[in-house]
This record gives sequence, structure tokens and C-alpha cells, in this order.
Amino acid sequence: MQPTFAVHAQSHAQSSQRPVVVASKPFGESFILAELFAQMLEARGLKADRRPGLGATEVAFAGVRSDAVDVYPEYTGTGLLAVLHEPPQRDPIAVFNRVSTEFQSRFGVRWLPPLGFENTYAIAVRRETAQRYSLATLSDLARAAPQLSAGLTADFIERKDGLPGLRGAYGISFRSVRPLGQAVKYQALASGAVDVIDGYSTDGFIARYDLVVLRDDKRFFPPYEAAAVVSARLQREQPAAIAALTELSDRIDVATMRKLNARLEVNREPVDAIARSELIALGLTATKTGQATPAQAKSGESFAQYMWEHRATLGAAVVRHLLLVSVALLAGILVAIPLGLWLDYAGRAAEPVIRTIGLLQTIPSLALLAFMVPLIGIGVWPALIALWLYSLYPIVRSTYSGVRDADPNAVHAARALGMTPGQILRQVRLPLAAPTLLSGIRTAAVIAVGTATLAAFIGAGGLGEPIATGLALADTRLILSGALPAAALALIVDALLAVVERATTPAPLRHAAAERKREASRR
Amino acid sequence: MTGAEAGASVEIVDVSKRHGEVVALDHVSLSIAPSECLALVGESGSGKTTLLRSINRLLDPDAGTIKIDGRDTRSVNAVALRRAIGYVPQDGGILPHWTVARNVALVPVLQGMPDATSRAEQALAAVGFEANTIGPRWPHELSGGQRQRVAMARALAAGQRLLLLDEPFGALDAITRAELQRQLKNIRERTRPTTVLVTHDLREAFFLADRIAVLREGKLEQVADPATLRSAPATEYVQRLLAYADVAS
Repeated sequence: MQPTFAVHAQSHAQSSQRPVVVASKPFGESFILAELFAQMLEARGLKADRRPGLGATEVAFAGVRSDAVDVYPEYTGTGLLAVLHEPPQRDPIAVFNRVSTEFQSRFGVRWLPPLGFENTYAIAVRRETAQRYSLATLSDLARAAPQLSAGLTADFIERKDGLPGLRGAYGISFRSVRPLGQAVKYQALASGAVDVIDGYSTDGFIARYDLVVLRDDKRFFPPYEAAAVVSARLQREQPAAIAALTELSDRIDVATMRKLNARLEVNREPVDAIARSELIALGLTATKTGQATPAQAKSGESFAQYMWEHRATLGAAVVRHLLLVSVALLAGILVAIPLGLWLDYAGRAAEPVIRTIGLLQTIPSLALLAFMVPLIGIGVWPALIALWLYSLYPIVRSTYSGVRDADPNAVHAARALGMTPGQILRQVRLPLAAPTLLSGIRTAAVIAVGTATLAAFIGAGGLGEPIATGLALADTRLILSGALPAAALALIVDALLAVVERATTPAPLRHAAAERKREASRR
Repeated sequence: MTGAEAGASVEIVDVSKRHGEVVALDHVSLSIAPSECLALVGESGSGKTTLLRSINRLLDPDAGTIKIDGRDTRSVNAVALRRAIGYVPQDGGILPHWTVARNVALVPVLQGMPDATSRAEQALAAVGFEANTIGPRWPHELSGGQRQRVAMARALAAGQRLLLLDEPFGALDAITRAELQRQLKNIRERTRPTTVLVTHDLREAFFLADRIAVLREGKLEQVADPATLRSAPATEYVQRLLAYADVAS
């Protein structure tokens, strides 16, 4: 859900400029940083177009590389490992220099000076544990580890830059190691079920539970410094935006970021309010008088109340969702039905072509969406194209088999009595194929309603947006506020198309089907 | 084709047809007189259906000529040719999504006849139906025998002077089959369409046909009227065929 608020008063000189597209990846800290970027730009009289929660590194980076995104927050270590595919390095300055030169020369993408904190792996303990064993560093931990039990994410237990590496670098060997999910880790630590957990250095829960993060004194974990990553186009067109974003460099330290994350993830404050108060605290924007403080999320209210309060946003999401689905489906019908008919005509080419189209169906939706980004950018278009591609197979298949399998005796007689191929198609084969064809369209529609929830990951909006944001913030209510309407929509679309299917089925075929059903029930 | 009174003449000259490696018709020549009923008999794969379908150009022969009323069928548009020729397949081929009346009016409508509806009614009456009762019904409500009668009505509704029947009664029970055979005979006596009847059933051929053509592996074994066939089978094969069918003298 996109935060909405008034454009700041300073905006006049550059108001004719194109809005700066500010994106984020789908997790809390990225939402906050992107919102800080956006408000910073607006405070300096520029416009911002927010695209929060883009799929993942691949999607966000592809966006900035293709100029579809102007800026998003990234981490130097991620740039080095996930984008450049280089081995980790220990020295933060060396890593920053490496990614900034490589990104600039290879992609024309610029790293602005880091924001001032790292978000790397962190090993955390309770404060009383730290005091009892006098733990400050991971070297200290190595001493005490045989008395301590650890609860670690399964991923961390396996990764070379996780526990095995840690064991090698520090000689840490715990009394016991238990795999724990992200969601329960902090609670398990706070309740004393485990003594040590892995996390990220800026997790809001570190502040919330007053945990101690042990210093990585041998610099085992690769540095992940946060910084704004800026497209070539923005550098070229809007130097004022670069200047505004650079004002944030070196202003946010790890304690600040932890607090901001806690406000979002623990207190559930709205992202725009968090960013606004932080910019004021940093002295980067003036206090706005008379501006209503955005309501804090009330945890006591019921889900129904929550839905009702957000009806405008949800309504807009439903409309956007339906638009995505119907445009893609319509385009799918317009292409797939003629294609199915042509395949029937083409004969031997049909099966290989249909199977090739079927392969599209096996590409995971998220992968297909991510694949679209470097080609078409982000937003509505790539989402429409992906949804359209997914709609093709069920419709082509059902058109082709419906027409091909239309009562062969009737088709033969129609030909023998002098109907032209066109007449046979229009008056015999298509009417007989209608039920099959419609069920293909129905399948395609239901798939599209479901798949369209993923469109949010490439910035196309719809009901996926609350789902994606909710997943990132572990906010069940937010997830449900998107997922329930999406499920309801799928049921409604299915039911409506069932009615259409009935209406287009030639009456006698319907009677015949009903008779068969009656007979079957009698037996 | 004008009046329904006289039938068309059919001239089959030296027709050959292969289906891949298989020879379906091997230099077949045959004349069918106006209003004659010719039965094509033989085993499966003898070429009888191929020959029948060559007449209305559902298949085009590889070699040879077929003339209807003296005109080479290849000089006529295939669609126009088929509209002028009645056709009844074994399963009737009734369009399941159309009423009986609409089915029977098919060819008159295709030909743009203004009186298509009344023609359909007359055709239904000609096969013994009450047009008002049967017309609005759906094909799936009919029995097998009724469907074949509808198919027969449909084949003649536009006043076709040539009728191609491809095992029209093959799927019916014995009593219904006998009824329909009698009905076909009546129709033939009234409107005299030239009729080519493909059948497995030699008794049916003897009952309906003026002449019988025996096909074997794409070749004509003998063409003769039933009496001659019985008294003087030209080949041992014909003799065996008659013996098996229990119609030999």
C-alpha cells in the first residue's frame, strides 16, 4: 500500500520534471529507505513515483539498469556477490570501491556514498548472557559457545558464509544447534529457549528485545553497506535529484536504522510517518505545522474494521487487479482463439506449437516476471505481457481440441452436404466447441487472477501489493487484506464464467449433458 | 438440377485412387442410368466407400473421370456439386445443436431457396414424419431409426436428383432396417432419384438395387442385375460372396 501525502511546499521550480521512480525490495528496511529517498526528493522540490517491494535484487537491479527505476536502496555486499558474482571481500571500503567502479563502467549505474550503516549477518545474545560470559565479540563467543545453545536459520546453518565458515574463522562450536524459522527466532531467544541466534545487524527486534550484537572482530562476515543506487538516466537528466539523495549519505547509523526498523516491524507504524519524523530529526526537512500525524496501526481493531478503514485503497487495488486480468485475458483470447483455429488448419504443426506454448506455463510466475524486467522494465506492461503469456496455453489448447474433436460425424455430413469450410467452422465446429473453449477461458481467467497477485513484485500494483508488503513485514492482516479479496475475486470470476459457459452451450448439448448426469446418478 | 422427377446419370470412367501404398480403386468404369439404383457391395477395404465419395468429390480420384449428366465433376465447384447431391452416412450425421427442421432445411438454406422451410416440411412428410411434431425436436431425442429417416429427408429436401447412401441402415436393428428399406423403396418409386447405395448387406442390395456392382480390392468383379448375379456369377469370388450372404439361387 502506497503511503499518500501532500507534496511539500517547496516544489515549484522543478515541478515540470519527470517524477523520480523510487523503488525498494520487499522487506521493511528497504521500504523505509526508499520512503526516505522519496520524501527527501520531495522536500527538495522534486516529484517521486514510489514502487515499493519490487521482486528481489534481480528485479530491482534490472529496473535501475534499464532506467525503469531511478533509485533504490542496495547493499554493497549484495552488489558484489549477487550482481557481479565475485567472491566476498573483508574490507568495506574495498567492496564499495569495487562495486561503484564496476557498476558505473559496466551498467552506467552509480552508487551514491553509503548511508552510514551496515546490514550484515549478526550474531546476537541476550544482554544478561553477554554480561554473564562477558561477551562483546565473536572471539569472546568462541570461548563461551560450548555452554550455549544456538537457534539459527536453516539457511545459515548450511551456508559457507554462515555457521561452517564461522566455525573455521573463530572456532565457534555450540553446545547445540537448532534450526529456527525467521519469525520465531527472536522470541525463542527472548524467552531463553536458545542463547544465541543469527539475524541481521539492523533488525528492529534487536532494539526491541535489547539484545547485544557481538562484534565481528575478525571481519568474517562480508560488508553490506547500504547506499542509494542510481540509474544512468537520473544522473544525466536530474542532477538535483542526485544532490538531494546524497544529503542522506553517512546520516543513518546502525542504531538509528535498528530503531526505524523496530518502529515499522514491532510498532507497526506507517512507513511514511517513520520517514517523515526521521527526516525532521536529521534536520533535513522542516517541521510541518498543522500536518496530521498519521494514525498508528491500532492492533485492537478487528479485521473487518481494518478492511473497512482501508476500503478506498483496497477498492483501487481490486480495480487495478481486475484491469490487469481483463486486459491480459482479452488480449489472450484475441490471439489464442485464432491461433488455436489456425493450428487445427495447420495440422501437424499443432502439437509441437501447443507444447511449446505449454512450456511457458511451466516457468515459475516470479521468474517470468523477473525475466520481463530487463526487456520491458517494470510496472504494468511487463505484468500484462506475463499474464497474457500465461493465458495463451489454456485457451489455445481448448480451442484446438474443442474444434478438432467437434462431433466428427456431424462435421463429415456438413461437408458432404456442401457447407464451405468457413460455414462448417462458424456454424458447426465452433458452436460444438463452445463449451470446451469457454472452460479454457475460464481456466485462464482464474489463473490470471491468481498470478496477477505477483505483479506487485514488478511494480504493477493490484491486490498483490498488500500481500507483498504484508509478507515483507510479517503482517498477517495486511497479507489477508490482499489475499482474501484475491481469492474471492477468483471465485466470482469462475462463477461468472460458468454462467457464460452455460449460456453459450447449445441447448441440446446442455440437455444431453444433463441427461447423462441424471442417468449416472440413477445407477 | 431442375425437377425431382428424373434422376441424374452418372458415368465413371477408368477411375483409380491410392491411399498411400494401398490401391483403393483400380481402373473402375461404371455407368449408372437416370433413376437407377446401383448397390456397391464388397468387403471392407474393397473400395466401395472410396468410389461413393469420389462421386461428390469428398475424395478426388488420382486418375479417370466422373461425369454427372455428362458434365465432368472436376469442372464444377466441389461445394456446389455436393449441394446438388443427397448424402446419407451410416450414423446420419445430424448436427446435434440444430433442431430436426433446421437440419433438414440445411441444403435448401445453403442454396438460398426462399421456400427452404416448406421444403423441409415436405421432405419430412416424405419419410413418414408429422413435420410439425418432429420439426422442433432435438436430434438427441430421436431413436436411431428416426435419425436415419431425418438424414434421408435432409438428403432429398433440395430436390436432389442423385442420392449417395453410405451404409445408411448398417447400425439399425433388423426390424427398423426392414422398415427403412421399404421406406427408401417408396421414396424411390415416387421421386425416382438416381441412387448409389454402399452396403455390406447383400439382401439389402437384392431388395433395393436395380443392379449390383461387386468390388474386390479396388477392382470390379461383376456388375449385373440381381437375377443375373444369382444365375451367372462371373467369378468364384462373387459366387462365394453370394453363398455367404445366403442369397444364392
